[in-house]
Formats: sequence, structure tokens, C-alpha cells
Amino acid sequence: MGGPLIVSSALLEMRGIDKSFPGVKALDSVDFTLRSGEIHALMGENGAGKSTLIKVLTGVFPKDGGSIALEGKLIHPRTPLHAQTLGISTVYQEVNLVPTLSVAENIFLGREPTRFGSIQWRRMKAASEQALAKLDIQINVGRLLSSYSIAIQQMVAIARAVEIEAQVLVLDEPTSSLDKDEVRQLFAVMQKLKSQGLGILFVSHFLDQVFEVSDRITILRNGRLVGERQTSSITRLQLVSMMIGKSEDEVAVMASHNVRDLPTATGEPFLTATGLTKRGSVGPVDLQVRKGEVVGLAGLLGSGRTETAQIIFGVEHPDQGTIHVEGQPVRISNPRKAIRLGFGFLSEDRKMAGIIPNLSIRENIVLALQANRGWLRKISQRQQQELADRYIKALKIATPDADKPISQLSGGNQQKVLLARWLASQPKLLILDEPTRGVDVGAKAEIEGLVYQMCADGMAILFISSELDELLRDSSRLVVMRDRKKVGELSGDRLNSAELMNTIAAGGNER
Amino acid sequence: MKKHLSLIATIAIFVLMVAGASLHYKGFFSFGVFLNLLRDNAFLGVAAVGMTFVILSGGIDLSVGGMIGFTSILLGVLITKHHFHPAAAIGLSVAIGTAIGTSMGYVISAFDLPPFLVTLACMFLTRGLALVISPDTIAIDHPWYDAVSSAKTALPLIFLTVLAVGLYIAHARPFGRAVYAIGGNADSAALMGLPVGKTKIKIYAISGLCSSIGGVLLTFYMSSGDPNAGRMLELDAIAAVVIGGTLLSGGVGSLVGTLFGVLILGVIQTAITFQGNINSWWTKIVTGILLFGFILLQKVFQLRKTDS
Repeated sequence: MGGPLIVSSALLEMRGIDKSFPGVKALDSVDFTLRSGEIHALMGENGAGKSTLIKVLTGVFPKDGGSIALEGKLIHPRTPLHAQTLGISTVYQEVNLVPTLSVAENIFLGREPTRFGSIQWRRMKAASEQALAKLDIQINVGRLLSSYSIAIQQMVAIARAVEIEAQVLVLDEPTSSLDKDEVRQLFAVMQKLKSQGLGILFVSHFLDQVFEVSDRITILRNGRLVGERQTSSITRLQLVSMMIGKSEDEVAVMASHNVRDLPTATGEPFLTATGLTKRGSVGPVDLQVRKGEVVGLAGLLGSGRTETAQIIFGVEHPDQGTIHVEGQPVRISNPRKAIRLGFGFLSEDRKMAGIIPNLSIRENIVLALQANRGWLRKISQRQQQELADRYIKALKIATPDADKPISQLSGGNQQKVLLARWLASQPKLLILDEPTRGVDVGAKAEIEGLVYQMCADGMAILFISSELDELLRDSSRLVVMRDRKKVGELSGDRLNSAELMNTIAAGGNER
Repeated sequence: MKKHLSLIATIAIFVLMVAGASLHYKGFFSFGVFLNLLRDNAFLGVAAVGMTFVILSGGIDLSVGGMIGFTSILLGVLITKHHFHPAAAIGLSVAIGTAIGTSMGYVISAFDLPPFLVTLACMFLTRGLALVISPDTIAIDHPWYDAVSSAKTALPLIFLTVLAVGLYIAHARPFGRAVYAIGGNADSAALMGLPVGKTKIKIYAISGLCSSIGGVLLTFYMSSGDPNAGRMLELDAIAAVVIGGTLLSGGVGSLVGTLFGVLILGVIQTAITFQGNINSWWTKIVTGILLFGFILLQKVFQLRKTDS
């Protein structure tokens, strides 16, 4: 390095970047400029080309055309390792570390301090502790990475990237699994790194966070550059309209539906759960979902929301408590039973429990319906095609045809395919666990619109989300959880953010 | 602590078996028996060291037995028919074994092929080569050879040396960490900038090296070169590694466990020899039961882990 760093000097210049995949032009002559000492947000809907641009920059994909210059010198990152040695480090959306190694090993993997070729374990541990201390994290670095929460693992990934002494730090959706305090911590670290002259490329779906932390924003749409703006000179509405290519007025009208206006919200109870308890996991929880009603499950990360949903869907088994469906007591011992009762479950973790990457979009869509009918009564090819085409159109899934492997779709579109899978099986109760996590603004509005539509059609919906705004917007009633227990229920006038925050924070004293 | 649970289980079983056999059979608990245990299983042990690296990285090597047969007969021909000095013959055949391993690694990483199939092909290849070189066993008669094979401690020492070097590489060298990382999560390892391809090539090179050293040890043990030597030995090696607590999916395990895995297989054999009146194939049955028990045990550990 050496020499004083001048803020605003161009650190990284990407010019006219082209990248095509079979059938798709992912990047079309995109420019991107990152200056030293700035936090630069890269914005766009899913499929806009953000991930591809980052992967070209970090050497995961070769570019088809264009140039990349770092400090004025042309570079050609061939692999992530090569990019790292050039000074470009990345923290990816999903934690890309090795769970079976210790925290210290994860921070130093590939660049362990050695003496005569042998790893200096003590030095490595001390340096790891130091690197984490910079992020205000104190943990036992000798323990396995998998013994820590996703949030901590994410911080370890950042500590690793920082430790490489990068000039360019790429943070791809770093905040999607962090809670509020952890996000604050991360932003403090980002500011610190920025003041040291690092250029930070930040990708996030949370508009609040982008406005809070970034200095500059580059917007992509459909693989093309829409523009670069200073964060201080652009409004939220302008940004969203640039991202989705609609006028500001249109954006303002979107997502103005309200499920509470629906007459169906007073329907008869579909699901009644009483005193659900699983030792060491969750409980007790009482819960009722009526037909044509969206019940939101609110609470902080780890408050037991997902666990509750899993018990209802038969993934986990309660030690105590009863579940009634349409007045009849039921025992839901596995997800197949739940599906037969007319339940659907859109899970939080698309990769783990949702998509089957090697199957086509069509096959992924008909999966639940086929399972429901039994494998002997096969759905004909033609019916499958019709179903797939119908949902691709209805949910605006961005794909040339239904026979593409689902793994080639962007995250938001994969999520829509999963939603289509459950809709195709026409469930009576749909459990949505973080359906909009990692999904961009446009798709989010569409998914929210769908929830409204399904609810109006008389479906019972259990809706889990970490975003309180979203919950308040989309729920007829809120069940609030804290410390793995139900601590309150909000409806009517009490459905506002002040009441919700109060209940989450104080909890339990009033019902 | 939790990290070492399955290693502790392996060692506990070894201790229990030795204790049981010592109480039951007079003279079982002696230095001589233990030394013989190491000597009889030295070739398996060395091959299992290489296999441990392969399995830790999430791969598998089925060519081990073929490689041992090939090395064994190559040595016999070179020394007895072509009058090579044993040291030169050993050097040459180990070099060829390592080269074969390296090529397997190259094919696996360059074309992203499943190790199971590549090493399966290599298993046929090496065994075929061995039988082409000579279909019959060739006695090796050389003063230097006799000296080594009559020294009781030679084979155990070679085994323990290979093991020590392996331990050093696995735990003290960055390469060892890369092996664990690739087995733990290959995609992450690549994104973290580890040289995944190069590491894989080295892993199979190590396995080739180890199995050809295993072949050399077998010729010392038998005083002959045999193209049929080491049949199905790859499966014994895999069993030793798994009983030693290494997960077949990679990323978790250790060479210390493999040592005990080999010793456990050896103790079963020795105990059945001591018994004298039962069919020696019972060794296989006990091995099967133990292996099954260990797979179940590992599953239990995994379930407990996801629960907590």
C-alpha cells in the first residue's frame, strides 16, 4: 500500500462488464466505480445482476467482456483466491465457512501463520481473538464454528475478510441473519474500516440499512446499469422506482391492501393449538387460526417462532399440548400427515428444506400436489405443464420456460416457485416462515399481495417474519413470542408498532 | 470434549477388547503379542493412513488393494528376475505408486469426477497390471531383504513413522487444515480461496504413496511378491478408518482414531487365533458387527448434536 489515501479516488473501476449464461444475458455492459473510504451499496431486484457482478469481481465467473482496474492497474481475477491476493475479499450471503473446523481455523484457513512450515496454533488463536475483538466479539475461538449461532458465524466470516487486509471488501447480504444489535455492531465495524480507507461494496435488501450506512448507491435492473447516486441526494421512493422500473406514483400505490378490511377474517377456526410445549425448545403456546385470517407470529430471532411452526407441521413433536383441526383433535406425527390435513409450509431456509435443485421448475411445483395424491395417481405431463405455466404467469416467475432447473433461478424466483408448489396443492392452512427473507422489494410486494389474495379466498395463514413492518401490514392478528413462550396477542386497535415493541420487550404481564 | 467423543469411544472399545482378551487368554497381555499385532497389521496401517486423508477430504480410494498387489509383484520381478538392489526397486515402485495416485487425483479434480469411479477404474487397472507382470508369486531372496524382515521391530517402526509423519501433516501443516476444510464443506473451501484442486491431487498422491509403501511392507512380511496380494484390502482400510471415528462424509476424524481402528481389527484377529478352535473367518463377522455399531454410534452423536 503506502502513500496517503485520498478519499474519493477511484479504487476499483469496472467498465462495460458483459456476462452471459445460456439463454440469459446476466450483465450487459455494466459500469461500477468504488472509491477508497466509501461504503457503496449495490441495489437491484433479484435477478438484476448484483450477484453476477460480484462473482465476476471475485473471480468466481470469468467475464465475457469489459475491464476491471484496481488502483489504476488492470486486473483479471481468476479465482476467489486470486481475487483475495489482489486485495478483494468477500463475505457471501450464506455463511461460507467450514462448520467442522474451529473458529480460529476458519479465520485463518489458507493463510495460517507458520514457522518452518508448521502452523503456530497459539499465534493463530491470539490473532483470531484480536480480529474478533475488533468486532466486539469475545468467544472461545478453539470451539467448532458449528457450535455458534448463524449471527456469530457471519461475524467470523467478516473477521476473516477483514483479517486478509483487503482493499476492497464485498459484503453480500451480510445482515440478513443478524438481529438489530448485531447489525449495529456490523455497521460500526464498517464505518471503522471505511475510515481506514477500505472500499466497501455492500449488498442488502433492507432499504433502511442502505440509507443508514451507505455513501453511494449503484442501481442495476435486468443486468443493466440504471444509475449511480449519492445516498444523500435520493429518496427512498426514487430508489425503489429505479430498482423496479416503475414510476414513483405506481410504487406508492403498491402494497396498500389491508387484510384487516376483509370480511372473512371472522371465519370459523381452522386450527386450534392449546398448550403446545416441547421441552428445551418451545412452549407453552396457544394459537388459533381462523379461515380467511392471517395470524402473524412476531418475536425476535430465536424466540421460538419457527419451532412453533415446525411442531404444527409435524416436523417436531410436542411433549404436551393438543391440536384441533376444524374441531377434531389430531396427532400430527410427520409432515405427510400435515399435508394430508391440508397444511402447507413455506420454509425459511430455501436451500435446506425447500427446493430440490436438480429438478425443473415444473417438477418442483407439482411436488406437493403429487405427494398429496399419492405416487400411484400420477399427474399427467400435460396437467403438470398447465399448472406450471399458470403459476409462472400468476406469480411472475422470471424464467424462459418451466423446464429449466430451479437452481438457475434467482433467490426471489425460487421462493415464488416454492409458494407455487403449495398453492398448487390448494392448502387450507399455509404456514409462511420468512417468505420474503432475501427477496427484493418488487417480489416482496407481490408476495404480500398474494397473501392478501389467498386470505380473501378463505385460506388460513400463519405468517412468520422478522420484519415488524411487514407483520403489522399483513396480519389480521399477531401472536407475540419471547424466550420461546407466547407472551401476548395483539388485534384491532392494538396492532401498531408501539404496542408490538412493548409486548416484545415487556411481555407476559398482560394478555 | 464433544469433538473427541467418538475417538474416546474407539479407544474405550480397544481397551475393553484388550482387557477382555487378556483375562480370557493366558499370555495375551504381553509386549511380544503387541509387537506382533503391529507387525501383522503394519501394511494395513500404512494404507489406512493414506485412506484417512482421502476420507477426511470427503473422498474414497478403492485402488488401495490393487496398488498393493501391483507394488508387491513389481518388487518381486525387479529384485528376483532383474537383480535390482532392493533399495532401488523399492524406490522405483513407491515412485510409480505415488505417480499413479497423483494421476488419479488429477483426473478427479480436473474433470470433477466422483472419486469412487476413478479409483474403482484404477483398482482394476493396477490389479490387471500386477497379473500381467506375473500371474504367479515370486519369492524374494536377498540378504538385505532377509535382514529387514527378520528384525521384529522393523515393520512396526515403519508403520509408526508413517503415522507420525501423517499426524504432523494433518495437524501442523496448512495442507492438513485444507484437507479437513474440503471435507467439511468443499464449496466454502473454494470460496475461501483454498487451492481445492491441488489439495485433492496431493491427497490421492499421499494415498498412492501410502498404499505402495503398504505393498512394500507386505513383501517384507511374506518374503515374496504376489500379484494377488491385498485383495479387498481397501475395504479393511475403510473399516479401520470408520471404526477410528472418521466420518465417511469427510471433515471430521483423526489419524489417532485410525491407529486404534487398525489395532481393533488386529486384536479381533489375534484373539480369534488365540482361541484356536474357531473358524478364522469369524474375524470378518466381528468386524462387520463392530463397523455397524460404529455407524449407529456416529448417527447418535450427530442427532444429539443437532438437538442441542
